Amino acid sequence: MYIGRVSGNVVATIKHEAFYGHKLLLVEQLGLDGQPTGQYDICVDVAQAGVGDRVLVLDEGNGARQILKRKVAPVRAVVVGIVDDVDLAGHHSS
Amino acid sequence: MQLGRVIGTVVATQKYQGLEGIKFLIVQPLSKQRRPVGRPVVAADATAQAGPGELVFFVGSREAAQALPETFVPVDHAIVGIVDDVYTMD
Repeated sequence: MYIGRVSGNVVATIKHEAFYGHKLLLVEQLGLDGQPTGQYDICVDVAQAGVGDRVLVLDEGNGARQILKRKVAPVRAVVVGIVDDVDLAGHHSS
Repeated sequence: MQLGRVIGTVVATQKYQGLEGIKFLIVQPLSKQRRPVGRPVVAADATAQAGPGELVFFVGSREAAQALPETFVPVDHAIVGIVDDVYTMD
């Protein structure tokens, strides 16, 4: 899992049926300093996140399928939480 | 899952069993700003509707094969959606 920042919405009409009814978000990965690392993922959102939110991203297929309650799904990245706060060895980052 | 641009098609008559009828496309992975990053990959088209020039999103690793009708096949990238639009902050 990693912490990212939602930077956009992705709209796709034609997609695999596993994605039907799910919002897709473009999430940039953040480093420990809170700055984007340059990596990103297109994620299925199950946490009602929106653009600008700092979020928790799961990038692993088995967990993703468990969340979507499907035995088979071509999904890896899922936004599973909205981060309120991160405490790094006493240093506050927000 | 990443953004990619379809830049070509692949024709292969002899394929591993289970891959019959699957369309293979050459996909250039893109950055968030939609600039090419890294090497192009050959991806199975799970939408069956993508074509050259199109902006798509694709999934890598084990999950790629799960996009196809036969899920136990040797495929490591699959196009799972055709992107209409990306709305970003910047």
